[in-house]
Amino acid sequence: MDLTTTYLGLKFKSPLVVGAAAPLSEDIDHIKTMEDYGASGIVLHSLFEEQIKQERLALYHHTEYGTHSYAEALTYFPEPEIFHVGANSYLYHIQKAKEAVDIPIIASLNGDSIGGWTDYAKNIEQAGADAIELNVYEIPTDMTKTGAEIEQIYIDLLHAVKDAVKIPVAIKISPYFSNMANMAKRLTDAGADGLVLFNRFYQPDIDIDELEVTSNVLLSSPQDMRLPMRWIAILYGRLNVDFAATSGINKGHDVLKMMMAGANVTLIVSALLRHGVHYLRDMEQEMLHWMEEHEYDSIKQMQGSMSQINCPDESQFERVQYMKALQTFHPEHSFV
Amino acid sequence: MSKNYKTLDANEAVAKIAYKLNEVICIYPITPASPMGEWADEWASQIQPNLWGTIPSVVEMQSEGGAAGAVHGALQTGSLTTTFTSSQGLLLMIPNLYKIAGELTCAVIHVAARSLAAQALSIFGDHSDVMAVRSTGFALLCSNSVQEAHDFALISQVATLKTRVPFIHFFDGFRTSHEIQKIELLEESVLRALISDDEVLAHRARGLSPDRPVLRGTAQNPDVYFQGRESVNSYYDACADAVQTAMDQFGELTGRHYKLYEYEGDPNAERVIIIMGSGAETVHETVDYLTAKGEKVGVLKVRLYRPLDGERLAAALPKTVQKISVLDRTKEPGAGGEPLYLDVITALTEYWSGNMPKVVGGRYGLSSKEFDPAMVKAVFDNLSLEKSKNHFTVGINDDVTHTSLDYDKSFSTEGEKVVRAVFYGLGSDGTVGANKNSIKIIGEETDNYAQGYFVYDSKKSGAVTVSHLRFGPDKIRSTYLISQANFVGCHQWLFLEKLDVLKEAKEGAVFLLNTPYEKEEVWDQLPIEVQEKIVRKQLKLWVINANKVARESGMAGRVNTVMQVCFFYLSGVLPQDEAISKIKETIQKTYGKKGPEIVEMNLKAVDNTVQNLFQVPLGTVSSNIHKPPIVSPLAPEFMREVQAKMLIKEGDDLPVSVLPCDGTYPTGTSKWEKRNVGQSIPVWDPDVCVQCGKCVMVCPHAVIRGKTYEESELANAPSAFKFTNTRDKDFAGEKFTIQVAPEDCTGCGICVDVCPAKNKSTPSKKAINMQEQQPLREQERENWDFFLDIPLPDRTKLKLNQIRQQQLQEPLFEFSGACAGCGETPYLKLISQLFGDRTVVANATGCSSIYSGNLPTTPYTKNAEGRGIAWSNSLFEDNAEFGLGFRISLDKHAQFALELLQKMGGTVGDNLVNSLITSSQHSEADIWEQRERVEELKRQLQGINTPDAKQMLSLADYLVKKTVWIIGGDGWAYDIGFGGLDHVIASGRNVNILVMDTEVYSNTGGQSSKATPRGAVAKFAAGGKPSPKKDLGMIAMTYGNVYVASVAMGARDEHTLRAFLEAEAYNGPSIIIAYSHCIAHGINMNTAMSHQKEIVDSGRWLLYRYNPELKEQGKNPLLLDSHAPKKGIADSMYQENRFRMLKSSKPEDAKRLLKEYQQDIDNRWHTYEYLSHQMPSNPDHK
Repeated sequence: MDLTTTYLGLKFKSPLVVGAAAPLSEDIDHIKTMEDYGASGIVLHSLFEEQIKQERLALYHHTEYGTHSYAEALTYFPEPEIFHVGANSYLYHIQKAKEAVDIPIIASLNGDSIGGWTDYAKNIEQAGADAIELNVYEIPTDMTKTGAEIEQIYIDLLHAVKDAVKIPVAIKISPYFSNMANMAKRLTDAGADGLVLFNRFYQPDIDIDELEVTSNVLLSSPQDMRLPMRWIAILYGRLNVDFAATSGINKGHDVLKMMMAGANVTLIVSALLRHGVHYLRDMEQEMLHWMEEHEYDSIKQMQGSMSQINCPDESQFERVQYMKALQTFHPEHSFV
Repeated sequence: MSKNYKTLDANEAVAKIAYKLNEVICIYPITPASPMGEWADEWASQIQPNLWGTIPSVVEMQSEGGAAGAVHGALQTGSLTTTFTSSQGLLLMIPNLYKIAGELTCAVIHVAARSLAAQALSIFGDHSDVMAVRSTGFALLCSNSVQEAHDFALISQVATLKTRVPFIHFFDGFRTSHEIQKIELLEESVLRALISDDEVLAHRARGLSPDRPVLRGTAQNPDVYFQGRESVNSYYDACADAVQTAMDQFGELTGRHYKLYEYEGDPNAERVIIIMGSGAETVHETVDYLTAKGEKVGVLKVRLYRPLDGERLAAALPKTVQKISVLDRTKEPGAGGEPLYLDVITALTEYWSGNMPKVVGGRYGLSSKEFDPAMVKAVFDNLSLEKSKNHFTVGINDDVTHTSLDYDKSFSTEGEKVVRAVFYGLGSDGTVGANKNSIKIIGEETDNYAQGYFVYDSKKSGAVTVSHLRFGPDKIRSTYLISQANFVGCHQWLFLEKLDVLKEAKEGAVFLLNTPYEKEEVWDQLPIEVQEKIVRKQLKLWVINANKVARESGMAGRVNTVMQVCFFYLSGVLPQDEAISKIKETIQKTYGKKGPEIVEMNLKAVDNTVQNLFQVPLGTVSSNIHKPPIVSPLAPEFMREVQAKMLIKEGDDLPVSVLPCDGTYPTGTSKWEKRNVGQSIPVWDPDVCVQCGKCVMVCPHAVIRGKTYEESELANAPSAFKFTNTRDKDFAGEKFTIQVAPEDCTGCGICVDVCPAKNKSTPSKKAINMQEQQPLREQERENWDFFLDIPLPDRTKLKLNQIRQQQLQEPLFEFSGACAGCGETPYLKLISQLFGDRTVVANATGCSSIYSGNLPTTPYTKNAEGRGIAWSNSLFEDNAEFGLGFRISLDKHAQFALELLQKMGGTVGDNLVNSLITSSQHSEADIWEQRERVEELKRQLQGINTPDAKQMLSLADYLVKKTVWIIGGDGWAYDIGFGGLDHVIASGRNVNILVMDTEVYSNTGGQSSKATPRGAVAKFAAGGKPSPKKDLGMIAMTYGNVYVASVAMGARDEHTLRAFLEAEAYNGPSIIIAYSHCIAHGINMNTAMSHQKEIVDSGRWLLYRYNPELKEQGKNPLLLDSHAPKKGIADSMYQENRFRMLKSSKPEDAKRLLKEYQQDIDNRWHTYEYLSHQMPSNPDHK
């Protein structure tokens, strides 16, 4: 059975790629284990430029704070020769990951400035990453900025990074654009090698006892996969770009659905956090079993088969069907 | 300029050589020598090799005594070994010094010479410590300057290897150890050329080895000990020659020539000063000045003090000398003279041919007391008198025994070629750091010689720093503070109303002032006293709103870079463009490795500075603003007349007569200081407050207090005074107020962090919120005064196990100089509230002894009855024993009182006697009743003139329970004082021990202790502490009869309260180990209390109580009050710089140590959980 696929011009032994999440990829031993359990590639957790800046400022503040005030304690810390504040430890991690495994390693980057995006992208390339995933993660709250301006930021940074590096660049975006199809086209035109659909923003909660806003992480649920699946299906075949599906992919069958919608790879996170990294093997087995049962020879055979342009009824992916579905929906239990 | 020139202080200059020339370095922190050990540890962690290519083993010991033992051991097994120390540390080494010398061992110990604790501790410089070891057999070689300290570190090593006589190489603490000077660094080739490998190998060959076994350290008897002692004489006889030879060889290689006894001055001088240490440079400078004016004077600098070569010393003096003044920087009460004086007389008696010059001796410079050319001139003038004063002092006004020489303060030798700048700053504004940078720029980027010296005050929050910078084309010998400055920088506007910042300004000097006012209004905002001085001295006034420029550059509060640029711009040391570019280069060099953001904001500050710097024309002296009085006229006389002088840096002018002769000082003086260091203060919202008392409990400076009181008390309340109904039903119908002392608050914000009450409509607001102090100062001052006059609630009626009621107790520890947000002081305040009126405190040296006992003012205070904590500090190492002494003595007094009482039934009545004897004194009410009985007893004893009655009267107060608290930090309890602490808890006596565990030596700048957790970066553990934290509580529990508690106030305050009550109530030894967050952890101090909760939740700190009384009740004595750790330790750890630093400097090590630390925590939790679930084994109690 041929599970191989390509993504960003790279070869993957299966569509089961581990998505970006620190608990999964910050330990080199974990990365090796995931390869052993069948991961076909790893997207490393994100390097956050803003966090690096904050860490530098905090380190500076705390090494200076209280110094040169009191004769007996002119400083409180020894001064190290080197501060690996910044990307150094992340870049080192890329190198270590590349040494540890044979599967592609994709670095993920979240910048805070055009200079930051490009500088870190170059560093990531030099450190040996096979590709970069740009993790654009921003909630625009400035009421004076138009949607067009926000969209242009994405395009500009993608251009800048593409100009800065030679390795393939994917961009991970949210679905919150007025016209997702147009945005996908513009990003493709700007040189994106892949679109990662979609970034799932963590939504804050309110603790009514403590009167606090909390930000606990919620793992994705199976229904979350519908949104990326729809858009991959709609965009497949219309844009010369690869697709990575992410959110809610919980089973081997989900992977197959995404392949049929037109994805090149699936990025798995929540399922592994929930069940453990050995679950990759189960997902792969489920895929193989289904494919055998249904006499598929390869993943390539099914890729895009259920996309909008190939599926039996392309109108199923359009919004009007949603209204129809709701009108004809009758739950089994009483709801009044 | 040669690349070999560097500007650095003597500690670094010495450590550079000592590190290169040793294989084993044993270290222990003590001011001012600690940085030498810190450098060695840092270099070792950076894998820097010594001269022979191996990395020295740098080992921290538990005390200087321990360090000396380890040094002795390492020497005895053939390693080149050193240590660095000072003061009390050197005293602790004395027994080993005799041994090391007695065994003719090659070694050099480097000492930053410092005062010894006598009537008081002092961290500053003099020769009391080195003089105390002059009989040990160690050679004593003295350096007078930073360059000499660097050079003599090598020369002493050469000499010890040559002679087998061990050396103490010393230099003046602070004045030399911390003075930054431009010096020429020694090339490694010079070290190579002078150190003989054959001698190193010979040293190693003398080491103990089972391959060539010998026995050393015998016990000898009357038959041979004496002869054995004399067997070393030839080595000592050869020593002086060997040192001079080493100096000569050194001179050939470096061009710097030294003599053991070096004379400078007129070759035909008649009057000569003999002196050693940094003061010799000032004398040298003065001699140059006076000889140029034709005076026949000179100075003999003593470098080799032991073994004293009297012949060379005498020969070094000009034959024309008629009078000699020998200056000693030490005091030996009761001696026939100070040591150098006596030695000089001996030398001259033995070796002077012809008419003996007249020799007098004097003391100068104790505890870094200024020693300047005016004083030198006075010493020479004294020699000109027909009857010169002997055994004099200089630099003080001794109006009691009249030892002091008068001197003309206006006398100065400072030449026109030297630029002299004085800067007044706050510790927190970065002034000192910037000035150190400036000195480096001037020293290393120009042809100038440069010198920087920095004066700090005794506070850890809101500390004032004064920087003294000199630079010029010639070598700078001025080892004294600047008194004639060409440039004065005042970096904080508020200093104008507190300090005389212009006293050093010479006529026509530049005065650079950081001001919040526009340039047009600055003049009118100056106090009239300042205007007057500016006009009288015709100063050039330049102003800048540095806070604004810094803020706009992203560096709020740090005005250092801005003011540094102004200094360079105005001083003309470099062309302006060049100066700016040098500053920028330095910024890049200093901050580059810390990240581009840091560089960027500093560069922005540089660029924004010059356009905001303005010269202000001098106006008329007509300001309506006057400097306020230093302290309130209501303050006691001693505060107004004596301590107030110290507050404004005029303590040097106080005469001997006003100072207590035995070191005894009044308590309750911090309240008069009104430091106004908090830029923002907490403001109470009565409508939101739940009156829980938590803010009052955690306030490190006791500036936030609560009271419940009758409504009638509000009759004359100021209009802005806030109150609400008391919520506690026990005080139903009363009114309640939380009040802040606006001028004593440091603005740390800890109270806001712990406040649990949020405004329901705007949860970003709490019941306490920080607001700017300045607009509130007047109003809240009035409210505070009114609040203090409201009666306190009756102590006997408070439920002390409830924080909301307990915190209504009056604190008897207030307004200390501890850091803003200090984690220790809330515990001390709690003791003072609960037991302060009956407590004696033994306080180990450390942070707590400094913020409690460092003059000018003291935070321990008294209640309305005049009772309060009596406090003393003995030493660092003996505090537990010191406190046990209190207990034994107090018990003896009580026992004697009871014995006398039993004889007095007939005199004072059996009922009174019986009730006095049988009083349980368990509760506040019991104690109050006992005090009443004692008063009755005293009344009855009045007028009875029998010996027993007199004794009884003197002892009656001891019939009231007295509590002993033994207090200190982890450096004391875990390390240097552990042996004593162990003995004291084993004694079974009723003492209470509070260990405020900051997990480092906080006071000396954050060195690792055995309480430091694994993986934390600390000084002396620059690579992260590799070993786990010692479990002091577990060790104490093994006795079975010791009450042990581990608490963290920020994690669970009611648990802390309960532990303190139980510990004091337990009739036996108690020890509380209290987690104390610290500035040395690199944390946000304003959220440090809530951070304690995270630490406890992660299991890094356990809450438990081990109460032996529970065993009596058949219960498990160990109550584990922590919950099982909720999550791993990493989240809470990496909020602290001490752990983050390793992650950023050595990520792989950090990862490994995190794993091991987690294992430590897991293991400890399982052990305690297991123990807390075991039933006692005594079957009787089942």
